[in-house]
Amino acid sequence: MMALGESAGETLQGRARVLGDDVNTDYIISSSRKKNSVDPDVLRHYLFEDLDPSFAATVRDGDILVAGQNFGCGSAMEVAVTTVLGAGIKAVVARSFARTYWRNAINNGLLLVTGDARDLREGESLRIRMTRDRAWLEVGDGQRRIECEAVPEIVHLLRREGGLIPYLKRHRRLPGFDGDAQRADAAARAGGAPT
Amino acid sequence: MPTKSSNSVQHARGQTIAEKLLSRAANHAVHAGDLVICQPDAAMGTDGSIPMALQYFRTMQDDGGLPPPAFPERLVFALDHYGASSGERALVLQETARDFARKAGICVFETGEGIGHQLMLERGRVLPGQLVVGADSHAVSYGALNAFGSGIGSSDLAGIFQCGQIWLKVPASIRIVLHGQLPHYASAKDVALTLARRLGAGGANYCALEFAGPGVATLDIDDRIVLANMSVEMGAKAGIFPHDQATDAWLASRTSTAYVPAVADADAEYEQIIEVNLDDIVPQVALPHRVDNVTDVADSAGTRIDIVYLGTCTGGRLKDYREALDVLCAGRGIADGVRLIVTPASREIQRELERSGMAESFRRLGAEFQEPGCGSCCGTCGAIPGDGQKVLSTANRNFKGRMGNREAEIFLASPRICAQAALTGRLEDMERTQ
Repeated sequence: MMALGESAGETLQGRARVLGDDVNTDYIISSSRKKNSVDPDVLRHYLFEDLDPSFAATVRDGDILVAGQNFGCGSAMEVAVTTVLGAGIKAVVARSFARTYWRNAINNGLLLVTGDARDLREGESLRIRMTRDRAWLEVGDGQRRIECEAVPEIVHLLRREGGLIPYLKRHRRLPGFDGDAQRADAAARAGGAPT
Repeated sequence: MPTKSSNSVQHARGQTIAEKLLSRAANHAVHAGDLVICQPDAAMGTDGSIPMALQYFRTMQDDGGLPPPAFPERLVFALDHYGASSGERALVLQETARDFARKAGICVFETGEGIGHQLMLERGRVLPGQLVVGADSHAVSYGALNAFGSGIGSSDLAGIFQCGQIWLKVPASIRIVLHGQLPHYASAKDVALTLARRLGAGGANYCALEFAGPGVATLDIDDRIVLANMSVEMGAKAGIFPHDQATDAWLASRTSTAYVPAVADADAEYEQIIEVNLDDIVPQVALPHRVDNVTDVADSAGTRIDIVYLGTCTGGRLKDYREALDVLCAGRGIADGVRLIVTPASREIQRELERSGMAESFRRLGAEFQEPGCGSCCGTCGAIPGDGQKVLSTANRNFKGRMGNREAEIFLASPRICAQAALTGRLEDMERTQ
């Protein structure tokens, strides 16, 4: 289906910003904020305001969010991803992610790494290392290593292209759809189940 | 009208309903874990998600313009999140969606018509056997009608504008086997909260919930919508019901299009099977600020309530209002200082409330009506609770700040429990303790 081409190893370095379990999208950016603007440069000032109103001012370019389970649960609103990117955060490490957040992140090039980084401390220096079939964290001077889940192929594919939008700008449609679109359409119209 | 069921198609491996539905949309047999490119039968966006999708769509074009979308007839734009009270900028964002739809011939559900998800269901835009996505997390509601309904983001919606396709990972399924029948004091909402309590907020993450068992037949479509709708609060990608006579009866007046329901194979594989005895369900309440922070109402009795909110895509349908009114009319009026807010999920529901006299009963009790739509649920329009106020709502989410004020507390319960609280100003489980 989706083939992963040549993918060089990748490293991201930053400062750990530690959060808890079940950080929902309303906490990342309040629903009521996006009614005025969807501009990440505006919304970044309200990042995590309902959890900690002082957080946004302390975010530095390259910070890495480190969270517990189910990061990004709740709404499917994409500003919860673009606001994080707008604040200069390029990656989130969490024990698990909510699915809508996961797909929005992939589409926008925010790297999500699934791993148990519970013992990381606020502000610790952190490196995310990735190869095609492995991902791990190096903490502090690199003595501490935390093995993570390998990053799926679709993530590598869309990352290489800069996200879903640049991908579709270049290729106009998604890769590897089995069967001609019109045929599927005709089958659907005929009321039959395509096999 | 249903046509022949699809289980005549032979598959090498048994499939869940979710696998069947995505196999159709991908045009080949797929199983849990597969990454597939699908063509949704319909895609819904809201004024909350369309403006950003249009930005993405523009970025995809070499000339930075907005060409017509690939399949305008499959798109629906629901202007449900913002209203007159949302501010000028929100209305400008809304107008960008309206303008694009007008030029492309896309169906628009206007402000005041209701919540997009409710309208998709009410107007026959979701049929059994289909894949229908929505750029709003509660698109899982469509599973009530045996469709694969799932929430997507704005970039995904822009991708659908561009090519009519979406990438999806086929979810594993958790089978929720329902037995028995709900007692008179319990509602579908209590079942949903019981599941949230059991599974936790991420307990069904990346999975589909597949409802099954003899208890399904005892739940009407309104009940099924509640359960499908709230499946996302456990992290589920979809919450899907089997098709039956109730589905056909509900759709009979809403569509003349043929549909092919999807049936799970007997040898389908499930990640987990959870048995639920509906007879054992008792009224539940989700305490602030988590949907899975659930107790029996009896165990949280006595909590002061300032605002009772009856509405949203979870609890703003006729059945909800009927249940609430039964309780309200048996009491001696709304307690002093309690505000009762009614926000019907759609204009059709509002009309029926008016026609039947139920709206008048609510008004006589002192209830305030808000225009059909998302209303106060996510703090984007309508009344906003004050600092320190405790809201008891029929909604699906109670995150801090959700209704537009982080100094308020939100509790979630069934329409009956909400109505009881309106009478006494306290959270109570009166029917069961009487």
